Amino acid sequence: MNAPLNLAELRPGFSEPVGDSQSVFRALLTATAQPGTRVEVGKALTPPLGLNAAAAAVLLTLADQDTLVWLEPSLRGGAIESWLRFHTSCPLTDHAEEAAFAVVSHSGLAAQMLSGFNQGDAKYPDLATTVIVMVPDLEAGPNLVLEGPGIETIAEIAPQGLPDSFWSERADLVAHFQFGIDVMLCAEATLVSIPRTTRIQSKGE
Amino acid sequence: MTATEAPARPNAAPEDRYYTYAYLDEQTKRMIRRAILKALAIPGYQVPFGSREMPVPYGWGTGGIQLTAAIIGRDDVYKCIDQGADDTTNAVSIRRFFATVADVATTEDTSEATIIQSRHRIPEQPLADGQIMVFQVPQPEPLRGLEPRETETRAMHAYAEYGLQYVSLYENISAYGRIAATAGYPVMIDERYLMSPSPIPKFDNPKMHMNPAILLFGAGREKRIYAVPPFTRVRSLDFEDYPFETQSWDEVCALCGANDSYLDEVVLDDKGEHMFVCSDSHYCADRREKGHAGPMAGHALAHIETEIAAEEV
Repeated sequence: MNAPLNLAELRPGFSEPVGDSQSVFRALLTATAQPGTRVEVGKALTPPLGLNAAAAAVLLTLADQDTLVWLEPSLRGGAIESWLRFHTSCPLTDHAEEAAFAVVSHSGLAAQMLSGFNQGDAKYPDLATTVIVMVPDLEAGPNLVLEGPGIETIAEIAPQGLPDSFWSERADLVAHFQFGIDVMLCAEATLVSIPRTTRIQSKGE
Repeated sequence: MTATEAPARPNAAPEDRYYTYAYLDEQTKRMIRRAILKALAIPGYQVPFGSREMPVPYGWGTGGIQLTAAIIGRDDVYKCIDQGADDTTNAVSIRRFFATVADVATTEDTSEATIIQSRHRIPEQPLADGQIMVFQVPQPEPLRGLEPRETETRAMHAYAEYGLQYVSLYENISAYGRIAATAGYPVMIDERYLMSPSPIPKFDNPKMHMNPAILLFGAGREKRIYAVPPFTRVRSLDFEDYPFETQSWDEVCALCGANDSYLDEVVLDDKGEHMFVCSDSHYCADRREKGHAGPMAGHALAHIETEIAAEEV
C-alpha cells in the first residue's frame, strides 16, 4: 500500500494553494447551498489518470490529515493514491463505513455500495460520508428533477453513466433524514452537489 | 506593543503584511469549511468544530470571524454590522481586521456586499442571491435555557423531541398572555431542526424564510456552526390561537421617517426626551440621502460621519 513515491511522475496540485482552495471552496459552498447548480472547479488542474479535475479540486480543498478517504478499488494503489497522499497527507482507509470522503467512478459503482458508507449518527449526522462520484457528463444523461432546501422551484440535471440503482439506493438512504450520504457529482471540471435534503425524481415520472 | 515598534510600511508587499491569508491557518480553514458544507447539508443542525483562539475575546464575534476567515477571498466585498449599525466599535474593528488580513474591499452598502457579518440584525434591505450572511452567535442551543445538559439537548434534536420548547411558550402565554420572547425567538428549519436564529429581534425572523442568501451561524465559545441554505422554510414557533407576531411601533424613525424598519429608542436627556431611530444605520442614511425626513430630521445625531480610511489610522 505504501509504494515509494516517484516524484518525477507526480502530478502537481494547486499552483496557488491558499487562493485556489478558497475559490474552489466558494464554488462548493454555492453548489451545496443550491443543489443542482453546476459550478466549475479545478479547470487548471492536471490530476493523475482516473481522477477528474473537479474530484481532484474537491480533495485538494477539503481533505487533510484529519479526514479518512476511501478510494474505490480500481483507483487504489497507483498514481492517484500517491498524488493524494503527497498533496493532502490524508490517511486512506479500506473501510467504507469510516470514510469522511469516498471517491468512486461511475463504472466502479457496485450495487449496495452506497449503503456501505457512513450514514451519520442520530446525534451526529455530520459524520456521514461525502461521496464524490465521477461521471462522464452532467447534461447528457437521463433528466432528473431536484427539489428541496436551496432550490427555489426546481432544478434539473442529467448526469450520465450512473447505474439505475444509484438513485433508488440513495433515495432509500436519505428517506430517514437526518441520516444519509451527501453526494458530489464530478464531470471533468464541473461539479453538482446533492446533499441529503434534495428530493430527486426522474423527469416524466 | 513597545515604543520601538517598527514603522508602518504602507508599500510592503501583501505577503509581508501577514503570515497567512485571512488570519487562520489552512488546516483550520479546511476544518471549518468541511463543517460549513455539512451544516448546509443538514439545515439547522449544529455541527461541532474546533474553534480557535482569536485575537479578540469570546463574545466579540469569534464564531463569526472564524466563519468569515474560512470563506473570504480577495474578490469579496465585506460589510460588518453590530446591532444594525456599521459604525459601532466592534463592527469597525472587525471590518478593519478583514481589510488588513484579507485584502478585501469593505462597504456599508448592503446591496454591494458579498459577505455581511452581523451581530444581532438582518439588514432591512432584502438579501440577494449570491450574498452570504455570517451571524455571530453567543448561544447556539435554543433549548439550553430549558435543559442545561448538552447530552440531553443533543438527544432532543436527534429525535426531534421539542415538546419542552412548546411547553415553555405555553407557560409564557399563561404568565404574560403572549409569547414574551423578543430576540433569539426559536425557529423550525425545514420542519426538522429547532434552531436559535442568534439574538436577532423576532422582527427579523420572517426575513429568513425562503430568502435567497446563504445564512451561516458561528458560535466561537460554544464551538458550533450551523446554516440555513437559500430558499429554505424557516418557521417561527407559535400556536394556532397565538400566532407569531413581530414587533411594531406607533412611531416612525425620527430621522428618516421610515415606518417599516426596526427602531431603537435613543434617550436624549434625563427629562424623558427620547427619539426612535432605525437600527439599520445604512438603511436610514440611504433614505435620508434620498430626501426622506422624519419628525426630528436635522438633529445632531443625524450627522453622518464618514469613516477614516484604514490606511490613515
